[in-house]
Amino acid sequence: MPKQTLPQVPIKKGEPAYKLWIFEPGWKGELPLILNPRQLAEQKRPALLPGHRLCAGCAAPIIVKLASFAFRGPTIVVNATGCLEVATTIFPYTSWAVPWIHNAFENAASTGSGVEAAIKALKKTGRLPYEHVDVVIFGGDGGTFDIGFQALSGAAERGHDFLYILYDNEAYMNTGIQRSGGTPPFAWTTTSPVGKVIPGKQQAKKPIADIMVAHRIPYVATATPAHWLDLMKKVRKGIEVEGPAFIHALSPCDRGWRHGTELAIEIARRAVDTCYFPLWEWTPETGYMLTDRSLAIARNPSLKQPIEKFVEVQGRFKHLLKPENRELLKKFQEYVDLVWEDLLKRAANAPK
Amino acid sequence: MAELRGYKELPIGAVPFRLSTDYKTGDWRALRPVVDHNKCVKCMLCWIYCPDMAVIWDGEKITINYDYCKGCGLCAHECPVKAITMEPEPTE
Amino acid sequence: MTEVVKTPKIPPEKQILMTINGDEAVAYAAKQSLVDVVAAYPITPQTIIVEKFSEFVANGEVHTEFVPVESEHSAMSACVGAAAAGARAFTATAANGLALMWEILYIAASLRLPIVLAVANRALSAPINIHNDHGDAYGMRDSGWIQIFVENVQEAYDTTIQAFKIAEDERVLLPVAVNLDGFFLSHTLENIRMLPDEEVHKFLGGYRKTYPKVKVDYFDEEVPLILNPARPLSFGPLDLYDYYYEHKMHQIEAMKRVPEVVREVNEKWYELTGRKYGDGILVPYGVEDADVVVTVLGSTGGTVRHIVKKLRSRGYKVGTIRIRLFRPFPHKELAELLKGVKVVGVMDRGISFGSYGPSFLDISTALYDLKERPLLVNYVYGLGGRDAQPEMIEKMFMELLEIAKTGEVKEKLRFLGVRE
Ligand SMILES: Cc1ncc(C[n+]2csc(CCOP(=O)(O)OP(=O)(O)O)c2C)c(N)n1
Ligand code: SF4
Ligand code: SF4
Ligand code: SF4
Ligand SMILES: [Mg+2]
Repeated sequence: MPKQTLPQVPIKKGEPAYKLWIFEPGWKGELPLILNPRQLAEQKRPALLPGHRLCAGCAAPIIVKLASFAFRGPTIVVNATGCLEVATTIFPYTSWAVPWIHNAFENAASTGSGVEAAIKALKKTGRLPYEHVDVVIFGGDGGTFDIGFQALSGAAERGHDFLYILYDNEAYMNTGIQRSGGTPPFAWTTTSPVGKVIPGKQQAKKPIADIMVAHRIPYVATATPAHWLDLMKKVRKGIEVEGPAFIHALSPCDRGWRHGTELAIEIARRAVDTCYFPLWEWTPETGYMLTDRSLAIARNPSLKQPIEKFVEVQGRFKHLLKPENRELLKKFQEYVDLVWEDLLKRAANAPK
Repeated sequence: MAELRGYKELPIGAVPFRLSTDYKTGDWRALRPVVDHNKCVKCMLCWIYCPDMAVIWDGEKITINYDYCKGCGLCAHECPVKAITMEPEPTE
Repeated sequence: MTEVVKTPKIPPEKQILMTINGDEAVAYAAKQSLVDVVAAYPITPQTIIVEKFSEFVANGEVHTEFVPVESEHSAMSACVGAAAAGARAFTATAANGLALMWEILYIAASLRLPIVLAVANRALSAPINIHNDHGDAYGMRDSGWIQIFVENVQEAYDTTIQAFKIAEDERVLLPVAVNLDGFFLSHTLENIRMLPDEEVHKFLGGYRKTYPKVKVDYFDEEVPLILNPARPLSFGPLDLYDYYYEHKMHQIEAMKRVPEVVREVNEKWYELTGRKYGDGILVPYGVEDADVVVTVLGSTGGTVRHIVKKLRSRGYKVGTIRIRLFRPFPHKELAELLKGVKVVGVMDRGISFGSYGPSFLDISTALYDLKERPLLVNYVYGLGGRDAQPEMIEKMFMELLEIAKTGEVKEKLRFLGVRE
């Protein structure tokens, strides 16, 4: 494979689709954000190369690839320990076409803080050969809701200029599907098993994106890989704002959610259609704003699907479909409705 | 696997020295996606969604890079016109 | 002890005389070392370092990005990110803070990042104690860091600057911990001489801007080992049984090259400032003809030397060696110096519970291959800041002289200055 090229050079016929992203010192300008699918396919190469060893049908690489299409220029990626990190850099191989660092599980945000501080110091002293270098951090739900939360909250409070993308597969997948603060209620995991007495996780999902809103950072959004245009636009906004930005991206996991390998996008779509995972963005100026399909549902509530639609295709919820557990399913629906209604009250662009 | 290198031949800092494009994940596949070019409307959704960057658009048509395609079936599932079908791997 | 040369490049009168404590000395040294990123968190007795540095930042005296992290774990994590991105990174901590950094200490060393860490040594909890011992430093012994112990405030200043030079040397590329005894040095005022800023800049070659090169298959040429959008590398991969061991060999090999670099830097500093600390590795005193030698780390070195002088003036053949470089441990050099000595007393301001003091274990190893091995006694002392009284040390020497006479060690592990 040819070794050195700018990532956005139009792909001519017969040219390889995979290339390293090379920004020669002195590179100026901004990579365009392309939203037309054909142009996208003709002009963009992903920052994640194939040959990675994430499971077949995993949504995490889709999120990364789409995010990378929205990068604006030289970018350093920071990755918390987890499936994405492990499966993309199995020595001696790396799948990253951009500079990348994994430090540990709980410190992606502080590692990113250090990278960002270094960029500033280098720039101040004339040692940065670019106008700007962006820092994008990827962390799993375990690395974000739980063990890495302190580092994330601290980095957000300090105001470092980075975009933190949480790919939320709703459990500790890399260690074999253990529950996290991001696991939804009633979901089966290996540490919230469906037993004779306790039917899966008994606690709610931590409202991580709202918690990041409470930090009053410049930009917070939710996204899914199914809503790819929405995701790319949000990533670009998150990169463009000065200061910390946070995107909570739902990342279906066929192994942990117990679904077919072809269903990641389908399930992400259903998560939004059922209002289990509404799409929105927040800035201090605009407040909550619904986006994409969630805005359509707010305008036309008949589009909202029952939670069964989300649950029925996932083995981790199969106990909810048993007749004797109808009550649990009802509770799940009530939980989803409560969170959705609450969001509608807050969303500035929801019909009142 | 290629021969393993000794430490004197490795870069310090444990940075990987090869790209994963050298690692073919195609042999994970049980079913292979096959594109019907007569049906394809060139919407690019399969290209956008493939988790393994195995869908190739050459400016004229969609092809699958079987070196990397893991056979997840996501492209076939998402194709709005069902132009992709998952077929058994040909046996030699 | 500080040896002084007659004609240094910067004569003493051209150096800046300051009356400051050890923490301030370290902060000034970091400032003069053109540190790009300081990420630190307060903990006694280190806090003065971060406070002082914050003042430099607030007054616009430095270009440094100060990252007031929310924990020491994040302090070390941010230093890893910063150093990987090509910055000169510095942090400081002690005891519990160092313990919280522990996971990332190993990562910093394995990724070969030349971070400098000042440790104002303090006892570990529980019970919680803010005073000095070396338990914290001993806890990071196996993390892959270079560890240097200083004896006084002047040395804390000198060594902090030297640490960057050592860490960034292409033969080394390992992080360096500069250990100064909490309170005894961190909070004690001394008159020291500092170099003018530009001399420190020159000594370090200015900002950190040259990077070691590595060869990966996907670039034709060697590329700098940093996070570089022009030549992307990946730091911190998953490494299994097929390569992990080889990567550890890199660290093992790099450690072997440290002593020569420490010696060189010590010599260069001597030419520049007129100050040196033994050969940079060991600081011996009165060892040549000694029957009894006591080894020691850190500020107690001065007290022990004082007693040695006193006893020698009374005709006793005693000597001392202050171990300045603790990791990598100078086994060969020590064996060379202790050859022919009858009894060695090893002072440890810390203990490996269920075993001996950590420096005793190394010294035993160092002496094992000698044809005629000295007798060895380990003295654990000063835990939790308990003072190392001169009388106590004198008594220890008398005990060792008695052993030299009788040839009999009754108790190999002794506890100094503890009540029964
Ligand atoms: C300090 C620490 N504790 C535990 C682990 C083990 N561990 C590695 S990855 C992981 C789970 C990661 O979960 P998540 O962040 O959700 O990412 P995922 O693997 O699900 O993508 C755990 C528990 C670790 N590496 N470090
Ligand atoms: S376990 Fe889940 S998140 Fe991890 S690689 Fe497999 S599908 Fe992806
Ligand atoms: S089957 Fe999966 S991996 Fe193969 S081309 Fe389709 S989406 Fe990509
Ligand atoms: S998704 Fe279907 S129609 Fe669209 S480009 Fe792919 S094969 Fe063609
Ligand atoms: Mg997870």
